[in-house]
Amino acid sequence: MAKGRVEIATEFCKSCEYCVISCPKNCLAVGEKVNSKGYPYVVSANPEDCIGCAMCAQICPESAIEVWRQ
Amino acid sequence: MAEKKVYEKTLGVMPDVISGFCPGCMHGTVHKLVGEVVQELGMLDKLVRVEGVGCCGLGQQFVSHDVIIAAHGRACAVATGVKRCSPESLVYTYQGDGDLASIGLDETVSAANRGENFTVIFINNGIYGMTGGQMAPTTLIGMKATTAPFGRKVEEHGYPMHVCELLSQLKTPQFLVRTAVDTPQNVIKTRKYIKQAFQNQIDGKGFSLVEVVTSCPTNWGYTAKEALTFLREKMFEEFPLGVYRDKDKEEA
Repeated sequence: MAKGRVEIATEFCKSCEYCVISCPKNCLAVGEKVNSKGYPYVVSANPEDCIGCAMCAQICPESAIEVWRQ
Repeated sequence: MAEKKVYEKTLGVMPDVISGFCPGCMHGTVHKLVGEVVQELGMLDKLVRVEGVGCCGLGQQFVSHDVIIAAHGRACAVATGVKRCSPESLVYTYQGDGDLASIGLDETVSAANRGENFTVIFINNGIYGMTGGQMAPTTLIGMKATTAPFGRKVEEHGYPMHVCELLSQLKTPQFLVRTAVDTPQNVIKTRKYIKQAFQNQIDGKGFSLVEVVTSCPTNWGYTAKEALTFLREKMFEEFPLGVYRDKDKEEA
């Protein structure tokens, strides 16, 4: 059971990848689908490794990420 | 075990508006931090934002509090009027380097010298963003801009201007700090500084300025990740981060 869970508002994502390089557990990755603005948005690639540290949410310029912790 | 929400979007920004900033622009991060800090202080309904002209002007649809758009560079002068007429509101100016350091330097220095009781958030990315990448007073030596296509030269354009060092020559300012939002650690540090700057205003201590060194991937001509490397290697070398004035600590 993962310790944390992220929820990404995909419409807000602009694919800057700041969250991807900030994640200490490498949970996030840029997905293959694009949103309505044409940006390939970030998805949770390894949700089981998430520890809910909220580093991705801290750095996100668009406030697109919300984090839950067990 | 029940899940606990550890991070949610602040009420300081509009819940359903996508910002007009470029991918990787750190304006959004600073908007978010201001919203979080003032929400924590419980004064979102009293918050007045005075903004300059430039990319910071894109924030007017993005934030959920009152906004006054000043003439180019005159945000500190307008904020002086707002704060003096309505001392109970929480006033901050939000300006870029072209606005605060170039066109509005006179207003900034005068407001700092008078010790006006408001907070200044200064975004320094070394270039004019919205107008198309012209050279700003804070552009680095050798850095290319559309008005300096061969790079900034000392003999023609002088050296980059350091606003925190300049204002630290004055006796009145309460709090001057230069910080960044390139890593989660720096974001948390910046939130602390912005909170202190607003707390100084609530306590009536006087002029506080938070300078945030950010990147401009679009006009620097990099991707967001390459711009981070440039920011850390070149910008931080020219603009060292740190607290330049904190009267609370000096007195203690």
